[in-house]
Amino acid sequence: MIAPGTHDGFIIAAYVIAVVVLVGLFVWIVVDGRTQRRRLAELEARGVRRRSAGSSKA
Amino acid sequence: MPIIDLANPTRFLAFSGRVLPWLWALAAIGLAVGLYLGLFVAPPDFKQGDTVRIMFIHVPFAWLSMACYGTMAVAALGTLVWRHPLADVLQKSAAPIGAAFTFLALVTGSLWGKPTWGTYWVWDARLTSVLILLLIYLGLIALWQAVEDPGRAARAAAILTLVGAVNVPIIKFSVDWWNTLHQGESIFVAGGPLIDPSMLWPLFVMAVGMTVLFAALLLMAMRNEILRRRVRAMQIVAAGG
Repeated sequence: MIAPGTHDGFIIAAYVIAVVVLVGLFVWIVVDGRTQRRRLAELEARGVRRRSAGSSKA
Repeated sequence: MPIIDLANPTRFLAFSGRVLPWLWALAAIGLAVGLYLGLFVAPPDFKQGDTVRIMFIHVPFAWLSMACYGTMAVAALGTLVWRHPLADVLQKSAAPIGAAFTFLALVTGSLWGKPTWGTYWVWDARLTSVLILLLIYLGLIALWQAVEDPGRAARAAAILTLVGAVNVPIIKFSVDWWNTLHQGESIFVAGGPLIDPSMLWPLFVMAVGMTVLFAALLLMAMRNEILRRRVRAMQIVAAGG
């Protein structure tokens, strides 16, 4: 159990920065995924098809 | 399903879609248990006091910063030898995640160093080689952004990744090869870990939880990159290219 001490600020800062960066990374990836799915849906709605859609390549 | 079948992007999307919820659940459980053990059960160090609790995030970040690069180096071989699109996708998707984990290893190490060593930073071999790793990650991200054609970008990034791979063993053995302020190896040593089990177990649980989190983030980023390539291919078709 953590006891109050002189170095608490360093411990708290390390954990807070870690959470902020990891949550930021997660949000960035989620937003990017939604953006790509929206663009894909828009293109499909316009009737655009990939040339390789039948062979299931990226 | 044979593992090689997953190298097909469409099958990879289906497989990763099924696996991801399990990975998120495992990561949440692992990190919750690890944080509880690390912050509330593990005792303070007899010299460092509670600042040793930074170890429970610093060490997994440092391990994963190197593991991510190792994964990218294997993918770089897949790009150059087999020219497989999923290897390109892995290379590109892993770079920002590796950069974030390396940044966190440096920042948490710096915040641990100040109360322990009396300084946030020294230009010793371990710290400097990890900073170089971060710069390599940033260089790779810039390279991916600079080259428009994904195939050419992948080959250029693969070469840079393999050249930069020489830095990983330097990071690992820097504390043995040079006299560094950073402490020497204390876990994977002959005769067993030098850390007491009361701290080693929370560290192990945090490392497992963080590794599963890394895997989940990587799979999500890879799925995004596959979709981005499909969008690009469809835009070329729509433009009559």
